[in-house]
Formats: sequence, C-alpha cells, structure tokens
Amino acid sequence: MDGVSIPLDHVLLLASLLFICGLLGLMMRRNVIFILISLEVMLNSSAVAFVAAGARWGQADGQVIFMLILAVAAAEVAVGLGLVIQIQRRFKSLDMDDADRLRG
Amino acid sequence: MVLVNLILILLAGGVIAWLAERQHPLLPRWIALITILFDLGYFLTYMSDLSWSQIAIVPNPTDATTWLLHYKAEWIPRFGISFELAMDGLSLLMVILTLVLGAVAVSSSWTDIKQRTGFFEANLLWTLAGVLGVFLALDLFLFFLFWEVMLVPMYLMIAIWGHEGRGYASMKFFIFTQVSGLMMLLAILVLVMLNHSNTGVYSFSYFELLDHKVGGDIAFYLMLGFFVAFLVKLPGFPVHTWLPDAHTQAPTAGSVILAGILLKTGAYGLIRFVVPLFPNEALAFSPIAMGLGVAGIIYGAVLALGQDDFKRLVAYSSVSHMGFVLLGVFAWNALALQGAVMQMIAHGFSTAALFMIAGSLQERMHTRDMSKMGGLWQNMPRMGAVAMFFALASLGLPGLGNFVAEFMVLVGLFAVAPWIAAVAALGLIVAAIYSLMMMQRAFQGKPDEGRRLPDYGLREMLTMTVMIVGLIWLGLYPQPVLDTAQPVLDSLMQMVGSVAEPTKVAGLMP
Amino acid sequence: MLKLLPLIPLFPLVSSVLLMVTTGKMPKRLVAILGAGSVGLSAITTLLVGLAFMETGQPHHQVLWTWMHVGAFSPDIAFYLDGLTLVMMSVITGVGFLIHLFSTEFMEEDVSYSRYFAYLNMFVFAMLILVMADNLLLLYLGWEGVGVCSYLLVGFWYQNPDNGLAARKAFVVTRVGDTAMALGLFLLFTELGTLDIQPMAAAANSQWQVGDTLPVLACLLLLGGAVGKSAQLPLHTWLPDAMAGPTPVSALIHAATMVTAGVYLIARTHELFLLAPPAMLAVALVGLITSLMAASTALVQHDIKRILAYSTISQIGYMFLALGVGAWTAGIFHLVTHAFFKALLFLAAGAVIHCLHHEHNIFKMGGLRTRLPVVFWSFLIGSAALAALPLTSGFFSKDMILLQAYELPGAGPWLWAGGLLGALLTAIYSFRLVFVVFFGKTQMEPDKQPGSRMAVPLLLLCILSLVGGFFALPLVPLESVFPSASEHHPSHLIEGISMAIPLIGLAIAYFIYLSGQLNVDNLVNSAPGQMLKKFWFSGWAMDWVYDRLWVRPYKGLATMLRGEWVDVIYNSIVKVCQQLFVGLSHTQTGRLRWYATSMVFGVIVVIALLLGVV
Repeated sequence: MDGVSIPLDHVLLLASLLFICGLLGLMMRRNVIFILISLEVMLNSSAVAFVAAGARWGQADGQVIFMLILAVAAAEVAVGLGLVIQIQRRFKSLDMDDADRLRG
Repeated sequence: MVLVNLILILLAGGVIAWLAERQHPLLPRWIALITILFDLGYFLTYMSDLSWSQIAIVPNPTDATTWLLHYKAEWIPRFGISFELAMDGLSLLMVILTLVLGAVAVSSSWTDIKQRTGFFEANLLWTLAGVLGVFLALDLFLFFLFWEVMLVPMYLMIAIWGHEGRGYASMKFFIFTQVSGLMMLLAILVLVMLNHSNTGVYSFSYFELLDHKVGGDIAFYLMLGFFVAFLVKLPGFPVHTWLPDAHTQAPTAGSVILAGILLKTGAYGLIRFVVPLFPNEALAFSPIAMGLGVAGIIYGAVLALGQDDFKRLVAYSSVSHMGFVLLGVFAWNALALQGAVMQMIAHGFSTAALFMIAGSLQERMHTRDMSKMGGLWQNMPRMGAVAMFFALASLGLPGLGNFVAEFMVLVGLFAVAPWIAAVAALGLIVAAIYSLMMMQRAFQGKPDEGRRLPDYGLREMLTMTVMIVGLIWLGLYPQPVLDTAQPVLDSLMQMVGSVAEPTKVAGLMP
Repeated sequence: MLKLLPLIPLFPLVSSVLLMVTTGKMPKRLVAILGAGSVGLSAITTLLVGLAFMETGQPHHQVLWTWMHVGAFSPDIAFYLDGLTLVMMSVITGVGFLIHLFSTEFMEEDVSYSRYFAYLNMFVFAMLILVMADNLLLLYLGWEGVGVCSYLLVGFWYQNPDNGLAARKAFVVTRVGDTAMALGLFLLFTELGTLDIQPMAAAANSQWQVGDTLPVLACLLLLGGAVGKSAQLPLHTWLPDAMAGPTPVSALIHAATMVTAGVYLIARTHELFLLAPPAMLAVALVGLITSLMAASTALVQHDIKRILAYSTISQIGYMFLALGVGAWTAGIFHLVTHAFFKALLFLAAGAVIHCLHHEHNIFKMGGLRTRLPVVFWSFLIGSAALAALPLTSGFFSKDMILLQAYELPGAGPWLWAGGLLGALLTAIYSFRLVFVVFFGKTQMEPDKQPGSRMAVPLLLLCILSLVGGFFALPLVPLESVFPSASEHHPSHLIEGISMAIPLIGLAIAYFIYLSGQLNVDNLVNSAPGQMLKKFWFSGWAMDWVYDRLWVRPYKGLATMLRGEWVDVIYNSIVKVCQQLFVGLSHTQTGRLRWYATSMVFGVIVVIALLLGVV
C-alpha cells in the first residue's frame, strides 16, 4: 500500500476548495435546496480533511469522525428536507429571501 | 419574634385573601381589612407592655440590644448576612403609620376594584409587608430584599388595576425604582467589600458597618448610591417624574399606599442610612441636597398649579411637600429632623386623604379632569367639607400636622442656612395658591344642576374622620410623637453631631 | 374668675364644631341661638374675667397644655391676659356678638345659614386665640386661622366664581405677608431662643441695642405680616375685593377685628419695635401713605361697600401712623373706636343693601333718609365718627394720634400735616356717601324695613360710636402695658386746626354733593382730572401692577412648565435607546444568506484576531 501516496497538502487543499465552494454556495444561493446541498458539500469537505488526517497519523479517529459526520449529515438532511417542505407550503416558493419573517 | 410575626401575618393574609376569592369575590377585602387591623392590634398590645420610659431611653445606635425590639437569626453566615430586624422610636412611628394607612387604603378601594379582587388585596398586603420590612430591617442585604419586595406588588397593582395609561406609568415606576435600587445594591456591596478589606470579616449588619465607617473619595460615591435610591423614592427633584404618572394611573388604594407610605421609605432611608453611615460626605453634600429640596418645593408647587388632572395636582403637591423632608434631614439638627419626621407622618395622612377624594371623584364622575368639575360642594357637601379640610392641611394651616412639620423644618433650617429657609418659605405661599385653586376648580363655582352624585357615606366618613382626627392631634398635641422620635434622633445626632453641629446664623449680617 | 379665661374661645369653638358636624340639619332657630348665643356667652365671660383682672391689674398667664417641645423650642398652648388682650377681647366678643345678632336676621333667607354661623364662630375663636396667645407661634395659629375663616366667608357664596377669586386673592395676598412674618419668627427664635412674647421682649432688651440691624430686620419682617393682614401698602389690594362676602362678615372681619390684627401684632411686640427706630419710621410712613392712598381712592368709588373698604384701609393707616410714632395707646384707642363706628357703618350699609334688592351702587340710591330712618341715623352717626367730627368717638382717638404725631421730633409736623390731609379727605368721602345715599331724589324704593334683630345692634353701636370716646374706655387697662406718652400739650392753634379740618371737609361735601353750589364737573372732566380719577378709582393701579408683575408671569410659568420638562431628560434617554434599537434591528433582515455571510465574516475576524494577524 505504499504505492503512490497523495500528499496531505493536496487533500487539505481539495478540502479547502470544497469548503469554500460550499460556503460561497451558502452565501449566494437563494434556493433552499441548493443551500442544503452547499451545506452537504461543506460537511463532506471537512470529512475529507478528517479522513486524510486520520491516514496521515495512522489513527482511526479520522474515520470515526467521518462516520459521525455522515450521521449528522443524514440527520440534518432529514430536518432540512422537512423544513423545505414546510417552507414550500408556507411561502409557495423555495426562495429563502421570501422567508424573511424574522426581519426586525 | 414580634417583628417577624408582624411581617408574616401580612404575607399570610395576602395568600389567604388570594385564595378566598374563589369562595366569594367580596371576601378578600374583609380578609385584608381584618388582617391589617389584627396586625395593628397585635402590635399595639405588645407595645403597650413597653413603658414610656423605655422609649425615652436614648438607644445606642451601634448596639442593637439597647433598641426597643430586636430579632436576629442566621441566614447566610458565610457572607455575614443575617435576618436581623430591630425597632426604635422612629421605626415604631413608621410601623404604626404603615398599618393605619394600610387599613385606610383597603377602605379606599372598598368598592372600586371589581376584577381579581383576591389578587389585588394580596398585592396590597404584600406591599405593606415589604414596607414593614424596610422600616425594620437592619441588615443591609435584608433591607435591599424588602426594598424590592415592596416594589413588585406595587408594580402589579398599577399595571393590572390602573387607569388608562397604566402600562407606561407602571413601567416608568418600575424602571426608576429598579435602576436606583441597583445603585444602592452596588453601594451596599462595595461598602461590604471595603469593610471586609478593613476588618477581615464579611458583614451586612447595620451595626457592624456603623462601627467601621469607610472614608475617602469612594465613600462619597457610596453615599451618592444610597442617596439616589432614596431620592427617587422620596421623590426629590429632578428624579420625581415617575411619581405624577404612577399616582395618576394607580388605583386609589395604590395611590394611598404610594403617597402615604412608600414615599416615606425614602425619607426613612435618608435618616437611617445615608447620614449615619456617611456623616462627613453627607455634610459636604448638604448644600446640593438642600438645593434639590428647595427646587422640589417650588417646582412641585408651580407644576401643581398647571395641572388639570386632580390626581396629578395632588402628586405634584407631594413632590413639593417631600422637599421639606429633604431639607429637614440635611439641616441635621434636632428641630429640623423632628420636622422631617412629623412631615413624613402628616403628609402621609393629608395626601392619602386627598388621593382618596380623587379616587371617590373618579368613581362617581369617571373623570379626574377638574375642568369638567365645579360646584361639587352643592352636590356633595360632606365631601366638599372634607376636601376643604385636607386642602387647608396641605397648605400648612397652623393647628394641623403639616404646619408643625413645616414650621419645625424651617426653624431648624433657618439656624443653619437662613437664605435657603427664606426661599423654602415661599413654598408656603405657592402651596396656598394651588390648594385653593384645586378647591375652586373642583368644588366651588357654578354647580351643574342636572348632576346627581352620591355624597360620602358612613364608611368613607369614618375613614376620613380617622385622618382628620389624626391631623388635628398631630397639629395640636404632637408631643407624644416628638417624644417617641426624640431619643433616636438624639442618638443619631450624638454620633454624627460632632461633624454637623448647627451653626448660628452666619453670614446673614455683617 | 380668671381661670374662666379658656372658656372664652371655647364657646364659639364648640358651637362652630357642632354646626359643622350637623351639616345644616339643625333648625334655623337653634342655629341662630347657638351661633349668636355662644359669642354672647363669651362676651359675658370676658366681662367677668375683665372685672377680675381690673381688681389686681396683674397680667395673668395660663398654660393649657404642652404644644411641642424640642430642645429650646418650647411653645405651649398658653394664654396671656393683660390690658391689651382684654381690650381686644372685649372688642371681639362685644362687637362680635352684635354682628352675630345682626346676622341672624340678615342671613335668614340663605340656605347655608348654619354653614355661615359655623364659619363666623370659628372666626371668633381664631381671633380670640390670636389676641390671647402668650407666644408668637400660637398667635400665628390664630393669625392663619382668621385668614382661613376670612377666605371661607369671602367665598361664602361659592357658586359665583368671582367670589372665589376674591377669596383666594384675600388669602394668598395675606399669605405673602404671613410668610414674611414666619421668617420673622424664625429669626427671632434663632437669635433670642424663645417665641414666648414676654421672655422674648426681655431677651431682646438684654441682647440688642437700640439701632442694631437684627431687631430692624426682625421688625420689618413682622411688619410684613402686619401690612398683609391689615391691608396696608403694598399688600392692601385684597381688602376691597373681599367685600364679595356677606356684609356682616365685612363688618366683623374686614372692619372691626381681623384687619386690625396687624395693629395688635405691632402693639404686642412694641418692645422689639422700640429697639428698631428705622422700623418704627417705616410703620409710620406705611400708615400715612396708605391712609392718603385709600382716602383718595374712596373719594371716587361708587360701590357702597368698596368705599367703606377703602375707608377701613385708610383708618388702619392712621393706627399704623400712631404705632409708628410711638403713640401705642392712641393707636389701640383708635382701633377700638374704629371697630365701633366702622362696624356700625358696615351694618348700616348691609341694612341698606338688604332692604334695597342687593343694590351696591350709591348713585342708584338716594333719598333714603325718610324711607329708612333707623338706618339713616345709624349711618349719619357712623359717618360723623369716621369723619372725626368733634365730640364723636373717632374725634378723640384721631385727635390723639395726630397730636402725638406732631410731637415726634424731626418728621413729626410732616406726618401731622399728612394726617390732616387724610382727615379732610375722610370727611369729604364719608359725607359724600351720606348725602348721595340718603338725601336727594329717591330712585329705588326699599322693599322691607330692618327688623328688631338688625335694629338693636345698630342702636347699640350708635351709642358706642357717639360716647365711646368720652369715657376713653380702653385707656385704663392699657396704661400698664405701654410706656406712657409724654404729657405736654401742643398749642391751641394745633388743636384748633385738628378740630376744624373735618368740619371743612363736611362743608365741602355739602357744597359739592348736596347743594350743588360748588361744581367740580369741569375739573373732573378735564383731561388730567379724568386721568387722576381713573388712577384713584383703580386704587392707584396696584391691582394692575401686581397682575403684570406676579399673577401673569406665575400663571405663565405654570402653563409653560405643566408638561414636565424634566421628563425631557428621561425621554431623551428613552429616545437614544429606541434609536439604538431601530439601528440594530436593521441588521435583523430575516435573510438566511445575510446571516450566513455575516457569520462567515465574523468567524474570519475572530480567527484573524486569534492568530494575531491584526
């Protein structure tokens, strides 16, 4: 297994890029579905970083955390999709800018 | 234990009154009246065992055992907090005033509270309990606790049973009192901390703190913390503005308690805490305090004349009258202090009665606007005569309590600060103007012939008679009251006296 | 017998309280008996006490109970009886009883009959306390007490707002003086350590020298109280308006007793005034100027009661003049005779008004001489005494004042001449009144005649006004109170002039108002004449000045401030908080993206701070 090993820096760079993509998506997208997708992307980017870090130090913790993130993501998606349905019913739209009832 | 029972009876009475509403909505008022009268009777029976000679003994202010009554129990020993109540002549007078006016307050709201009567009477009793606590507590922590206890039920009384603008008024009342109370709390905590660093023990005890006075610049700010809290309650110019709103909007019993008793806690605090704890600082501050007193006297009187609202007028007259208390306390000699104490009692009666009259008018005419009144003497001669009596009391007619008070304050003040006394004496003129104007606008003038209003009945006349007799007694034979307060004031002055010896007229004549 | 002293004020007090408590449910007959009878009892008791006092002539001091004792401040409820007190008590209860008797008929038709007597009895009580008090604080109690009764009685017919205004004015203006007096009491107590009159006088004599500043200041403050109560310049404006009350009230309070309280106060504290010559001079000048001012004003009024009111002010001016020149006995003597003839005049005027449908304007009256003979004779005798025609009571007292004023070194002759001018004016206006009201054409027919309860008091007062001066009744008890005046008589010329002046005035009044031989219309109608008349008519425009100087500014101030400007401070705190709230709430857009973005930037800032980049 000591073929081609990918340098940690590359993985972290990939994770960062993914994270920034997700973040930008979160900040710019108005559709709630895309916001959720962006969140997933961000979660997974951190998951990649964990896995890589686990591999780097040869510890299982990275993979454990990855499993945890999967679970959290699943839960989050469940709640999120529930919200999406509610938002769709309430506002007849999936545009989050329409759902600004908390405006001061 | 008597002192604890005094407070517990009121608290328990409140709970019973609250619960009794389920049986019958008219039951709570009887329970409240009986509770207060029972409390008063209990107190007087106990006091009658004490002889006058005991009262005449000058108590040692730093030794609780020389006081008339004393009760102490551990509470939070770690911080030196104890449940400590004690009574001397001054608190004795205040306790009696509180209970008598409490009964008057119940009577004054006998018929005008229609909703949630049980909770109303409960709040009333709890306020009284808080006030008694304030007059009796000699642990600063406990004092602060009671200070807050009397505030909350009072807030509820205004906020729930008040008139049209009750939301604003109750909130204003709460914020003013709360903010100033927090300043006092801060001052108390710093005082205790300083005491800790000086002596190595934590103690909130009045006696302990009197023994070890703090000095320096910080003491001045601590004095200010206490002073502001009491000034707001008094109320003194310029932190009086909560009072006209609160009084105007409060139900009658609320106004009676507020004007008759609650304001006196401020005056009591000044005499009991501010000057004894910080004698030097209070002396240095006295020109400003006296200035505020005079400003309050004149300002209150001028604004009273400008009002159309009967209750607002009376409220401003309170501002004016309580200015004399401020003057009396900061003149700090036997006469002026006695005058201040007399003013606390006499003003309690006269203003409570005027608020009762305002309440009766509101109940009968559904307005407090004096421009809609006039000629009411024709419709209600008994009420007119009673109102005339209290208007005269309020303008300081000799032979009634208020005159004795104001005269003694001014005589005492004159020896210390003749020019301030001269300006304050103008208050006698302006008081005449607004009092008589009030009578003219409400009771004299052309009556509205079509108006049918019920005159005062037996209950109201009985309540008023209590206060009329009280004021005449205070005006013609105030000696028992003076004798009761004298030892306390003597002892306080002995302690402070070396600092604030009243000087002879200085600077008046070349 | 002297122990009966406290009963004298007690009778009217009990009666008053009874009348108040029964709130008009008592039958009128009983009210009348109680109201007038109580004062009658007081008068009899005064007589008994007076006789007992005259036997020994020793001042009698009686402490009833402790009032308030705080250290050196120790006024008691205590009475002090000496000659001066006795004279005042006799006037109050004697004349007071006659006026009460008169009132029982005069007020018969009023619905508030019992309220009237309750107030009137209360007044007698307060006035008695005023003169019997042994310390200045108790005196002050009576002093304010009579003020309140005056307020209540002036505003007795409260339905008319004008009466209310007059009553308030009376109270507030006198309160200004009272406050000065209160300051005087503060000063006296602070300096002398007591308010008991006799010990205070002793302390003053030992502590102060003649001409010191403090006694002058104290006396001027007391004088402030006296000018307020006695309606002297500059606080006289309330008295003419106070005529709004029932006429017997004017007779009792605003002529015979209360308004002379200032004279009593100065006489009572004369030992202080003797230490303060500048204050004495001030008293004399106030008196003289007031008497001239009021006499000139009385000359042009046409309301019968206002004329009498100004005449009262003027006569009290004479009493002040007497006090100011040290003629204490003469001043009190004039007080007594004035109480007789002015009460008589007011009651007679009351009878005229009563019988003439409440008409006050003298030019609508006329020819009443034959229609109301009893009233006419009363009025004539009263006017003669007022004008000080020889051998009437007013003559003796006024003569005494003027002669003693003449003898004052320095300003004496000037004061005397001023006093004479006043006497001339007095004679003119008093007979103007008589001639206009009772002679000439009849313009109104009286609808009734005064009954016996009105006629008897008039008759008795007539007798007192005529012969009261002959016996110099009050002078005997006063001898022990005041330092005796010097006993050398001025020349016959001076006496002759004093005697002739009122007669000249009478003649002038006769020629102008009755025979018409002296026509002053041209003089009056000329421009300066009109202006002078207007000036005089308005009482030297004092009301106008005060209105501009005090009343309007004060009302303006009250109106301006009524909105509570202090709240501006607190409201601005509230405003600031609200602005902050509005500003911050703008960040609360409700947009998810905005929140996320700001969170990102926040995190970046925090990370940057943690890494120490910034």
